[in-house]
Amino acid sequence: MASSVTAPPDKASRHSNKSIYMVLGCTVFAATAQVLLKFGATHQMPQLSPADSSTWMPFLVALLGNYQLLLGYTAHSCNALLLILALKDGQLSMLYPIIALTYVWVNLLSMYFFHEHMNAWKAGGIALVIAGVSVMGWASSRA
Amino acid sequence: MTTTPLSSILLVLFASLIGSFGAVFLKMGAAHLNRGFRYILNWQLGLGVALFLGSSVPFLIALRHGELSVLYPMVSLSYMFALFWSRIFFKEPITKAKLGALAMILAGIICIGAGGRQP
Repeated sequence: MASSVTAPPDKASRHSNKSIYMVLGCTVFAATAQVLLKFGATHQMPQLSPADSSTWMPFLVALLGNYQLLLGYTAHSCNALLLILALKDGQLSMLYPIIALTYVWVNLLSMYFFHEHMNAWKAGGIALVIAGVSVMGWASSRA
Repeated sequence: MTTTPLSSILLVLFASLIGSFGAVFLKMGAAHLNRGFRYILNWQLGLGVALFLGSSVPFLIALRHGELSVLYPMVSLSYMFALFWSRIFFKEPITKAKLGALAMILAGIICIGAGGRQP
């Protein structure tokens, strides 16, 4: 029993910590995707009438030219792939709540890109989410 | 206080329930990757992604009548649902640390939502 106190972290616990860093990466991808999609949504697009085939090409060309939209969906795909790889080894009950960190990044990015204002509620909320994610990370390192 | 109707709140609860099941199927499907990356195309992952995308439908319907600052934080209730499904489907323990961390995250998201109402 006494030897377990000084035992180095086993393979399983290193795995779950690696998964946590992967989900942290997911939240960065997800927040980037949201900002890109917001930019992409304001992009001027030609009218598409599904019944009128002459409107298809201009719409497709405009869609391919809307690089913010495409990058946004690419970031979302990276987010999904990374989440799946993280879930392969980690505990769902620990990894899933960490996605909440996306709210934090979106709020900070929105201040920079969309000039949204910070206030005491947002700042307190951001601090609480970061603290909660830290507790989750600490719990996983000793799981 | 709030002008968000009960129907919108129930719709978002439904959306977060769907989302939490999406996470369960992603976890089930991810287990196939242990046999090799080419097993990434499996029905559990397909269903997981579909449930994730599908959960945005009731959320968007709810948003037509409700306030974003009230409804957006409620999506995080799916983390709570996921805690129970993890216990049932994957035998993951519910520990004090997990509950404490989850409570802090939920409280934080509610505060961020409240901050969104400020001018």
